[in-house]
Amino acid sequence: MASALSTLDWLTLFGHFLLLSLLSIGGAITVVPDMHRVLVEQMGLLNDTQFSASIAIAQASPGPNVLFVAVMGYQAAGLLGAAATLAGIMLPSTTLALAAGRWGHARREWRPVRAFKAGMAPIVIALLLATGWILSAQTPGWRHVLLAVAAAVLVWRTRVHLLVLVAAGALVGALGWV
Amino acid sequence: MQPEPGSLARPDSPKTLFFAFTGLALQGFGGVLTVAQRVICEERRWLTREQFLEVLAVAQVLPGPNVCNLALMVGDRFFGWRGAFAALAGMTAVPLAIVLVLTALYTQFALYPAVAGALKGMGAVAAGLIAGTALRLGSALRYSPLGVPVCVGLGVLAFAAVALLRWPLVWVLLGLGVVACVYAWTRLRAAENARAH
Repeated sequence: MASALSTLDWLTLFGHFLLLSLLSIGGAITVVPDMHRVLVEQMGLLNDTQFSASIAIAQASPGPNVLFVAVMGYQAAGLLGAAATLAGIMLPSTTLALAAGRWGHARREWRPVRAFKAGMAPIVIALLLATGWILSAQTPGWRHVLLAVAAAVLVWRTRVHLLVLVAAGALVGALGWV
Repeated sequence: MQPEPGSLARPDSPKTLFFAFTGLALQGFGGVLTVAQRVICEERRWLTREQFLEVLAVAQVLPGPNVCNLALMVGDRFFGWRGAFAALAGMTAVPLAIVLVLTALYTQFALYPAVAGALKGMGAVAAGLIAGTALRLGSALRYSPLGVPVCVGLGVLAFAAVALLRWPLVWVLLGLGVVACVYAWTRLRAAENARAH
């Protein structure tokens, strides 16, 4: 684990994640290619295995997926690294979200704001479907897709507990069926 | 079923928000959105599905993790910046500690094929959960001023552009998003004019 980061390295790391925060429309996962460029290729803080493991660990762990950024920071430079990358990716976007949320809520009866929400609603739903599609298409094999479709239908039509579905997925996977 | 606006509840303190968001974050493997929708709309009844979709639309269009933006905006709506901070802290604090512990243990776990398989199975379920949430939220489109056929058409185009053609999200939002919002604006204006006469 790299621990001897210079001040300039720390500033580069933190500054880069501050910048990526403002570019991460659709979530932090959309700027993963650029994180790879900086952390692996440019600064050499992580190798490829550590990089992809960061995303897998965060996905298998409870909580928002953005925490993969903290895992990368942790693997690169320990707890302080995790603090630098997570604070960097969160600060600009949360400030903006708070300001925009207030602005929109104060003007919620204003026609352009209502038009924005009504117009974006079907697109937001399509983006969620697309995310599900992209995530399940990453791994080849029809059983994997079948499992994803089954989970989607159960969430849609029933009120089965979500942890039951996740546990079933883990069990089916551990037995080597997907 | 969809709660009536009159039957909505509100959290009684930022502390309630903190624990509610911690609880839902801890149930969210491979993404929190599915649990957030269930807890906020159906268990706690803090927002209707329409309101949830509206907040989510803003959260999606802005940069940053969608569920964190969503937590901030929901918290802010009830208790201002204290609520926003409580909801965001609830969403991230405990899960962050867990994921860092898992990372520290990761090298030992990764050697077992069963663990790799379990990760794969959980990944597939996580993908399905997100798609299932989309289908669930789809019921809110029945009340859209755009009309259901236009909503379906826009949805199909957006899905094709992002999932199949892999166009950059920014261009889909700017292109299709602007068209959809302008059309919604004309429909809302027509509805208001019709009501005025």
